[in-house]
Amino acid sequence: MRRYLVNRLGLAALTVLFLASVMFILFRMLPGDPTMTVLSPALDREVQEELRRKFGLDRPLIEQYVIYMKSTLLGDFGVSFQHRVSAVTVIAERLWNTLALMVPSLVLAYLIGVLVGAYIAWKRGTKLEEVVTVGAMAFRSGPIFWVAMLFVFAFSVKVPLFPSGHMRTPGYVAEGILATFFSLDFLLHLTLPMTCMAIYYGCYPLLIMRTSMLEVLGEDFIDLAKAKGLSELKVVFKHAMRASLLPIATSVSLLGAYSVAGSVLVEMVFSWPGLGRLMVTAVLDSDYPVAQGAFLLIGVLVILGNLLADLLYGALDPRVRYR
Amino acid sequence: MGLSGIIIILVFSVVGLLGPWFAPYQPMERQYDETGGLKRLNPPSSEHWLGTTLYGRDILSQVIVGTRSAFLVGLLTATFVAIIGLNVGLISGYYGGWVDNLLMRLTDIVGSVPILPFAIVALSVLTRNIWWIIGVMSILYWTTTARVIRSQVLSLRERPFVDAARLSGTNDLRLLYKHIAPNVLPQAFVHGAFAVSWAITTEASIAFLGFGDPYSISWGTIIYDVFTSMVMYRAWWWFLPPGICIMLVVMSFYFVGRAYEEVADPRLRGL
Repeated sequence: MRRYLVNRLGLAALTVLFLASVMFILFRMLPGDPTMTVLSPALDREVQEELRRKFGLDRPLIEQYVIYMKSTLLGDFGVSFQHRVSAVTVIAERLWNTLALMVPSLVLAYLIGVLVGAYIAWKRGTKLEEVVTVGAMAFRSGPIFWVAMLFVFAFSVKVPLFPSGHMRTPGYVAEGILATFFSLDFLLHLTLPMTCMAIYYGCYPLLIMRTSMLEVLGEDFIDLAKAKGLSELKVVFKHAMRASLLPIATSVSLLGAYSVAGSVLVEMVFSWPGLGRLMVTAVLDSDYPVAQGAFLLIGVLVILGNLLADLLYGALDPRVRYR
Repeated sequence: MGLSGIIIILVFSVVGLLGPWFAPYQPMERQYDETGGLKRLNPPSSEHWLGTTLYGRDILSQVIVGTRSAFLVGLLTATFVAIIGLNVGLISGYYGGWVDNLLMRLTDIVGSVPILPFAIVALSVLTRNIWWIIGVMSILYWTTTARVIRSQVLSLRERPFVDAARLSGTNDLRLLYKHIAPNVLPQAFVHGAFAVSWAITTEASIAFLGFGDPYSISWGTIIYDVFTSMVMYRAWWWFLPPGICIMLVVMSFYFVGRAYEEVADPRLRGL
């Protein structure tokens, strides 16, 4: 287990370095003055000169690379062109918004997926199972941003139940963490995007759970449980489900990466002020420090997510531990 | 299930190939009515079956033309992904050792790159055209295919027919491509089908964020137009059709892939 962990950590670190390097290459490939990525033309001459020296923009490329890597690892991405504060400040506030949306959504997605998947596997052969299975497949075939638009259309426009975007009503001033993330206003705004993401991403574990359960339900120990006289509920939810969970654990890392892309799209549709939307607007506005920082942060989140998923898998599957 | 998938794909292919000839109007042409006014945001009518956009363009024609783009992007990306994944998997699985290690580490790293963010950044640095979009997607998506092919090759490597071929003097490369490869092709095809689904969805996502090819019409760019025009919730006829098309095509490729998987992998039969 130790070796597995160290292996995974090493790979994660290597990937982050790779991402940072790719960013460096990409941005230096921009047409025009390469200093454009670091210096905003709107800054004063003196500030430009100082930044030029600090980032070594008049030095050879290799030195620039080293300086870039050092500052990236220290978390210094420069000054945002648009917001005139350090890029990190802008990014950091958005990070919490994204996490506040993504974490509940994914937790809910897994809860829904696992429970519903288990239930319909039990109800195999019935009309309900067919409908839900095909429905889940169809639902996840639509692009998530379109599904999100459908949600807004149905629950916000046609039937005005929920606000159609943003994280809070304009004019609402939040004092501190409690008011920002636990107020009724926030929850109201959270419901629609969270439900949308949860149902959409829940289809994936739903289908996996169903397949896995169908296999498990055919095994002998289930017959034994039934013969022992255990109630249907107990057989399904206590015995069969536990055995089917392993493929779900493997899917977590896949879903993690998938949902990061999805969160960018969902944030755009709902105008949710999160990391994904920040990155898109930063790229569109040519605010390179913020774009770079946001991209790297998203990459790190995905890698961390994968790492956690790998650890979870390692804990669940004894074969990995004793290799 | 697979059958319905194939039927839907065939219908869409026909539309995609022949559609532009039958499309009632030019997709980018503004439509004017008898009084000379621009036909903005018309709901579906007998002249415009799917209505018109905010700029007076016929939606049905746009959707028809978008079919072509969807298939192009989907099939090309899937082909590249299959080629790269197949080769990486074959070489990695067969040769083992440091080659395998190196290729697998590469696969892990490339697989960790978040595709949508990377595509956005890459496309704004390069040009936003359809070929680069296909390229960026292909470069990042081959990892799952490679892994699956590799594990298949690992098990195939031990089979007697490989030893027999070696004994008869076949050199490694020939062995790999002439004997082992045909056995892993079904899996590559399955992943190819899934890749088409993924590619169409991802291209639509890229277009939706505003990074699509401004010169080509795809279902994604139609939805982008709807979204940026800010009238999407009034004009349901504008944003529903492209999304439904994407959903149907993605679903049918997924079904085809799943159905073929059942055939290719006997363990899955009976479920």
